[in-house]
Amino acid sequence: MTGSAMKTINLDDIEALAVGAWILGTGGGGSPYLGLLNLRRLYAEGHRVQLMSPLDLADDDWVAVVSNMGAPLVGQERLADSRSIARAVRMQEEINCITFHAVMSVEIGGGNGMQALMAAAHLGIPVVDADCMGRAFPEAQMTSVAIGDLKPYPCTLYDPRGIEAVVTKVPSWKWMERASRKICVEMGSIASTSKAPRTGREVKDWGIHFTTTKAIAIGRAVEAANRSHQDPIAAILACEGGLRLFTGKIVDVERRTTEGFLRGSAVVEGSDDDRGTRLKLSFQNEWIVAWRDGEAIAMSPDLICVLDSVNGHGIGTETARYGQRVTVIALPAPAVLTSPRGLAFVGPRAFGYDLDFRSLFATAGAQ
Amino acid sequence: MKRIGIDVGGTNTDAVLIADDRVIHSVKSATTADVTSGILAALKALRANPAAAVPVDAVVIGTTHFINAVVQRRHLQRIGAVRIGMPASASLPPFCDWPADLAALVNDEIFMLEGGHDYDGRPFMPLDTDGLKAAARAIKAKGLRAVAIASSFSPLDPSCEITAREIFAEICPDVAVTLSHDLGRIGLLERENAALLNAALHDLAVTTVTAFRKAIAEAGLDAPLFLTQNDGTVMQAETATAFPVMSFASGATNSMRGAAYLSGLDDAMVVDVGGTTSDIGQLRHGFPREANAVVEVGGVRTLFRMPDLLSIGLGGGSHVEQDPVRVGPLSVGYRLTSEALVFGGDRLTATDIAVAAGLIDLGDRARVAHLPRRLIEAALADAHRKLESDIDRMKTEAGDVPLLAVGGGAFLVPERLSGISEIVRVDHGDCANAVGAAIAQVSGEADQVFRDMTRDEAIAAARGIAEARAVQAGADRDALKMVDVEDMPIAYLPGNALRVRVRVAGAIAEPNIGAAA
Repeated sequence: MTGSAMKTINLDDIEALAVGAWILGTGGGGSPYLGLLNLRRLYAEGHRVQLMSPLDLADDDWVAVVSNMGAPLVGQERLADSRSIARAVRMQEEINCITFHAVMSVEIGGGNGMQALMAAAHLGIPVVDADCMGRAFPEAQMTSVAIGDLKPYPCTLYDPRGIEAVVTKVPSWKWMERASRKICVEMGSIASTSKAPRTGREVKDWGIHFTTTKAIAIGRAVEAANRSHQDPIAAILACEGGLRLFTGKIVDVERRTTEGFLRGSAVVEGSDDDRGTRLKLSFQNEWIVAWRDGEAIAMSPDLICVLDSVNGHGIGTETARYGQRVTVIALPAPAVLTSPRGLAFVGPRAFGYDLDFRSLFATAGAQ
Repeated sequence: MKRIGIDVGGTNTDAVLIADDRVIHSVKSATTADVTSGILAALKALRANPAAAVPVDAVVIGTTHFINAVVQRRHLQRIGAVRIGMPASASLPPFCDWPADLAALVNDEIFMLEGGHDYDGRPFMPLDTDGLKAAARAIKAKGLRAVAIASSFSPLDPSCEITAREIFAEICPDVAVTLSHDLGRIGLLERENAALLNAALHDLAVTTVTAFRKAIAEAGLDAPLFLTQNDGTVMQAETATAFPVMSFASGATNSMRGAAYLSGLDDAMVVDVGGTTSDIGQLRHGFPREANAVVEVGGVRTLFRMPDLLSIGLGGGSHVEQDPVRVGPLSVGYRLTSEALVFGGDRLTATDIAVAAGLIDLGDRARVAHLPRRLIEAALADAHRKLESDIDRMKTEAGDVPLLAVGGGAFLVPERLSGISEIVRVDHGDCANAVGAAIAQVSGEADQVFRDMTRDEAIAAARGIAEARAVQAGADRDALKMVDVEDMPIAYLPGNALRVRVRVAGAIAEPNIGAAA
């Protein structure tokens, strides 16, 4: 049974998605702005994208899982091109001799929240209202499908210079990350990728559902608050059951692009209620741990979002800069990420921090 | 140190003389269509005061001329746009996020060529020099006079853009070339946008700076000419001719810096009520609070650091509608002195209301004697309501703070506003932006690749170079502060290569006693 409740995504939805996906990106995934520009162009050319519920997938439908892989900083100079992601999906169809029924993003957060729509516009198939992170993460094994131990291969990678690569087989998701990352780095630390194809059954069992709708709702709440001069950050917290962690000004950003990632830290000097203290944010593409006076007060997989204090929009690890006035908030992680097996993939130790995960939220967040 | 500061606004041209850290004299004069005669009139009026008729060390001009040209879509020229970095980014060509009307005015032809760099300094594709030559010939054949060139990762490695400029210099030496790495950081689209705007303003920049020089020469002044830039520092007139976009935010910056100087307050809200608009901002440590988000100029995204300002359509020249009673947003602008009632015109303006209410004495008061009291009160109430709610929007703290009311239309600011502890008005406050120009600081910048150093050592080294350059340009070494720092690792180069850009700024040093004139 498929296609019972297909919804056409309109341009307003896409504008809201760009705002919401950037907030859920927790600093990574790259700004959705360039994806938004691509989609505005595609819509002007007459393309339209349909959104379908994951529950409407047939068990044997094939679903493409797409992402623009690499360091967000590079995406600021090599701008997203909708045709590249569509080509990565076509490569999967060619090597597996399958036809995709729909496409979804590996991560709703950041620019990748828009990549599924860009691919869908070219391919003429719907987008599934789901992803594999419920946020953004830097590495290929940091997904619900890896936590679910689903097959990690094959993965296709595309570079517009005409470089096409396939990682045909690997023994684990971690090996998929290592092998595909090496190719990605050679491509200039950015690549359009289509991950291992998923069946409808797998998406129903292991996808994180309705995250596209969620991102659109967050974006709409922020923009409605901005239009009526209400506090947009309060609107996000109300919408998502989040916590305000810190308010201040960025006084230092150290970043380095290594092994295909953007790593470093940012320091926020407190203002208002936080005057006299500092918050340090460690990042690997995404904000991973927030430290106050040496103590970790928030950590992955809870979402750490650094927002523009004025308009509530996300601030990326590649665009954070000295002098920005920011508010740091935390949002609850999807339940699959906070399970013991989930924490092995996306908990603080997965990023090299010797910390036991402590959620800021009493009941680990709802999916 | 004696400096003349001039602000060329849309309505008025103001001039002040500052000597020995004091405002000696200030004057206000109407802006003219040719710019020159307005400046000349202001300078003549200024120097008619014997105390102000002294030799000066510098003339510093702040102007909204260039940003207004973009906002109002006037005096812009058609340009060629060269993007280097194909085949990446092909679906988002130059002008892709510009408002359609502005792109239609400026975009003549786009050239997308292979070349550029990767994040680690490796070439992305070999530079298409044949394509560049063809582009240069096409631009020459079309008779275009300006071109903007943006290459991927040029802030890291500008060599593709520099080669492109050399090719253009050979084939079409008369075409003005703007390179994106001179204007911006990482972020191809925003950096390219700045370059495109800069190219579109080239002819206007040449004409305007020439008009500035002519006015100063005709006024008999023999002093170097500077223009103020976005961060409240000065640039030489030649630099301003090449980079008019660097002056975009200088009007607002000058007015807020001038207000801080005149009042002695370093932390306050500021409202600058001009002829057409009121700009509301906040002073922190004597400098305007900067906008957080990407700054749009005339609808174009850029990465300029600009004061965080809320601009509302309320000023001394605002039209007053009577049914219902409403002030602004339309304005008579620089035609105030011919169209307002008190000046013999037939348009009811905010200035007429203020004269009728006895807030100021301008023009012929008898011509507004007939205005009903209810209209006067309702119009003032409307202006106050607008100011109050928008000043509150720009406040970032809960308590009451002082408000500096400056600008020619400051009479529209009432004596009490909620959320404001006191309204501060200062002498020469109507010329705060010219004062800000006169006290503009001197900056120095370093931008280079360092190797075999820690990040802290590299930043310290860059800072040392920037400080030396600022001191050479006339800054007081002890007053220098770092205003911007950015570092980018270049993984491809050996020795922990790091590209560091540091900018420092500070007040002008007092001339040494006995130094050569």
